[in-house]
Amino acid sequence: MTEIFGIPTQAFMGQLLIGLINGSFYALLSLGLAVIFGLLNIINFTHGAQYMMGAFVAWFLLNKAGVGYWWALLIAPIVVGVFGVIIERTMLKQLYKLDHLYGLLLTFGLALIIQGVFRNEYGSSGLPYSIPSQLTGGQNLGFMFLPKYRGWVIIFSLIVCLSTWFVIEKTKLGSYLRAATENPELVRAFGINVPRMITLTYGFGVGLAALAGVMAAPIYSVNPLMGADLIIVVFAVVVIGGMGSIMGSIVTGFGLGIIEGLTKVFYPEASNTVIFIIMAIVLMFRPAGLFGTLR
Amino acid sequence: MAAVLPAQRKAEVGPQRIAFVLLLAFFVLGPLGMYPVFLMKVMCFALFACAFNLLIGFVGLLSFGHAMFLGTAGYVCAHAAKVWGFTPELAILAGTAAAGALGIVTGLLAIRRQGIYFAMITLALAQMMFFFYLQAPFTGGEDGIQAVPRGRLFGLIDLSNVWAMYATVLVIFLGGFVLIYRTIHSPFGQVLKAIRENEARATSLGYDTDRYKLAAFVLSATLSGLAGATNALVFQLAALNNVHWGMSGEVVLMTLVGGLGTIFGPVAGALVVLAMENYLATLGFWVTIAQGAIFVLCVLAFRRGIIGELARLIRKPL
Amino acid sequence: MLRKLGIAAGVAMAMASAHAQISDGVIKIGVLNDQSSLYADISGQGGAVAARMAIEDFGAAKKGMKVEVITADHQNKPEVGSSIARQWYDRDGVDVIVDVPTSSVALAINQVTREKNKAFLVSGAATSDLTGKACSPNTIHWTYDTWMLAHGTGSAIVDTGKKSWFFLTADYAFGHALERDTEEVVVKAGGKVLGKVRHPLNAQDFSSFLLQAQSSKAQVIGLANAGGDTINSIKQAAEFGIVKGGQNLAGLLVFISDVHALGLPTAQGLIFTETFYWDRDDASRAFAKRFAPQYKGNMPTMVQAGIYSSVLHYLKAVEALKSDDGPKVIAKMKEMPTEDPLFGKGRIRQDGRKIHDAYLVEVKKPSESKGPWDYYKILATIPADKAFRPEKEGGCPLVK
Repeated sequence: MTEIFGIPTQAFMGQLLIGLINGSFYALLSLGLAVIFGLLNIINFTHGAQYMMGAFVAWFLLNKAGVGYWWALLIAPIVVGVFGVIIERTMLKQLYKLDHLYGLLLTFGLALIIQGVFRNEYGSSGLPYSIPSQLTGGQNLGFMFLPKYRGWVIIFSLIVCLSTWFVIEKTKLGSYLRAATENPELVRAFGINVPRMITLTYGFGVGLAALAGVMAAPIYSVNPLMGADLIIVVFAVVVIGGMGSIMGSIVTGFGLGIIEGLTKVFYPEASNTVIFIIMAIVLMFRPAGLFGTLR
Repeated sequence: MAAVLPAQRKAEVGPQRIAFVLLLAFFVLGPLGMYPVFLMKVMCFALFACAFNLLIGFVGLLSFGHAMFLGTAGYVCAHAAKVWGFTPELAILAGTAAAGALGIVTGLLAIRRQGIYFAMITLALAQMMFFFYLQAPFTGGEDGIQAVPRGRLFGLIDLSNVWAMYATVLVIFLGGFVLIYRTIHSPFGQVLKAIRENEARATSLGYDTDRYKLAAFVLSATLSGLAGATNALVFQLAALNNVHWGMSGEVVLMTLVGGLGTIFGPVAGALVVLAMENYLATLGFWVTIAQGAIFVLCVLAFRRGIIGELARLIRKPL
Repeated sequence: MLRKLGIAAGVAMAMASAHAQISDGVIKIGVLNDQSSLYADISGQGGAVAARMAIEDFGAAKKGMKVEVITADHQNKPEVGSSIARQWYDRDGVDVIVDVPTSSVALAINQVTREKNKAFLVSGAATSDLTGKACSPNTIHWTYDTWMLAHGTGSAIVDTGKKSWFFLTADYAFGHALERDTEEVVVKAGGKVLGKVRHPLNAQDFSSFLLQAQSSKAQVIGLANAGGDTINSIKQAAEFGIVKGGQNLAGLLVFISDVHALGLPTAQGLIFTETFYWDRDDASRAFAKRFAPQYKGNMPTMVQAGIYSSVLHYLKAVEALKSDDGPKVIAKMKEMPTEDPLFGKGRIRQDGRKIHDAYLVEVKKPSESKGPWDYYKILATIPADKAFRPEKEGGCPLVK
């Protein structure tokens, strides 16, 4: 059996695939954040808590209403998205004219509240949520055993990421949105309801976070703190990709997943930190990120 | 440092002098009624918040990684006192110097960026330090460095006596506070404020803004280190949570609650946040909810913070 | 009124013995643990419930002894814990602190308790250093420790013929200690360690590490981690078909609350060691039935059982000694053999280690379980004198 860098090729391929799976997760999660920052200039620290809420809504739906995973994929983002809309309308709106900093602090505070409330109710060990029956089991690919669900994660994530990118960069609706953030007065003068677009965009970004939460529920434990440590990693992905760039986050998400996967093979203890090292390096040489433009 | 005081300055100083006297009275008389160890903690974190405020309030740079200075100084001081047998003043000095050195290195890396990018670099660097401390054997990992001896100050005064320790912490806190005050009101401080207002204009006036920012950054880091080293001796331990990014978030909270860019704000903020933590500890989870609620309230309704609002009322800076 | 009674009783008893004082006439017990994060379900608020049940069963009111319980959340931070402990001892008249999960906090409290000359009954923390190099005449380590876990689980599994191991270890001191102790046992019992991988604390995704474990083809994958990391590793191991593929998972630190969070379909077949199971015999069942309604319907974990047992024994010692002076009560507790409905008969050694039987358990298959919380099959009982590290090997200066 041949070896790459001292580990058998088979194992190496397996790790690469796993890295890709994790990357698709990062991409999906950072997509929502990139949309919100890229289009609205809001640093949404509540993203991690909203991801967690998505997973919890899925759990509720299953355990209290008997509604399964597939419906949850649709319902949870809408429910959490509405919650996001309420936040935007009541609180974030007032901060647009101020420094970025205040939006960040507000969303940080909201994240603390949401996480605290859930922790109070549900403890911290987590709740069980199983993989939907259509996706259990797996496929032996020869070099590794790939659980069906993980394969699904890659495919779904790619679809969602690419469609979002397409809508924002290539459609009329997307162009209105981009114009509205660059020059809201002018776009308003054209008769377009800019505040509503902004609200809906925020809701959409939040919905994306919740969607990632539903995707996570069957494989990661559904607990109130699931978003807390993930949030700074996701920020790192968005920053590296370029804070305004949708495609940047997608590519970086996948790329970082692979790099992290490889780190887990050669120096696993550092796998949580390698992302920050990369972020620091990128920021020093390309301050706007790999694909972004300085604002 | 100061030349002739302009008339406006004279008017400002009045309320500030009163505030300073109140501050002094609070911390000198406080231990008679309140638990001294709690007040020592407040003083250490007040110093930390003041140092942080120097950077955000007066230079306009939001650092998300300030915990690395607090924690580094704590570890070095604890190690120096416990393993190398340093006397407390030397251990604190060692910790502070370590934080200052780290400040120079990280400052050089971070200072070239602004705004959110500056914040993210400081966060990244802090995470790397966190990882380093998690792995390094001398820190004891998540057990931390325990049973750090307080020792004898200058080889003479036994700091395990709570009053001796309190007096020491008080002197350190006041020293740091006065240093920050003088810095803000010096020509150097004026240049920093100019940079915050409009960096391009400051550059066009001939100031090397990067050097000024770096100097402020290193000063902020060093004083944060002083706070961290003293804290390690008060509690006689140095642990990982002081390098965790949550601690960086907490100092932002303290400064925000007290009043960004005010002089006395961070002290008030530290007192409020720590008092809340302390008295809510018996209520468990409510601490995080309360902290979050205060963040939200402050940002929406109370942006100037406690001291900031007070300053607005009396129309004089505090 | 009760205070006067206490003082009167004290004065009366003073005639009989030299040290007849309960400080302030009240015995104050401080339950200090994690109530808001990782370990909140292991003891948390339930810890206070267990302490109060012990006070009730002891019959404090009838005996005219005033006993109070206060609680606080140390948030897994040694500084917060240390701060609370100091305040409790200096200002609030607390006589004994109980529980304290998270080894780093327990070590800090151990130090503070020694300085202030009070008492400390550890139920939640795992580090065997508490009865080793950090042992103290003011501290007793109840419930379990890393040595017991490693040796119980490790040797029991190797004895069933599963000799090749792979370790999945959390990269911090506790994880390393568990891995090291278990490796020692496995090798001594004739087994082999085929590999190990260290993952960062609070890693969300274990697929990469599990893949490495899978390709090692070891018979047993030892999980040297705790809390959320253990839950995630087990959940994802099920996903990757590890158990179906013929490998066994050995949890080195698992609590019944973790199994509850995982659900039986995922946790089935997991083997580990505990010192208490609510359904083991009539006495523990009776306790659990009283406990559950007071704590949201949850059955007691071994840590909560340990709090009950330690507080009960403490109160008996205080009663016998007629004083709540820290080190003296601890010494009395070591002198008196222990007996309670949860842990049965046992004793406390000079190094502060409480000795009792340990049980090797396996998680039932969903088909074998008759209802919620019916989770374990008890595979074997490890007798008390074998379950814990021999006194001489700990390096505790109190042992002569």
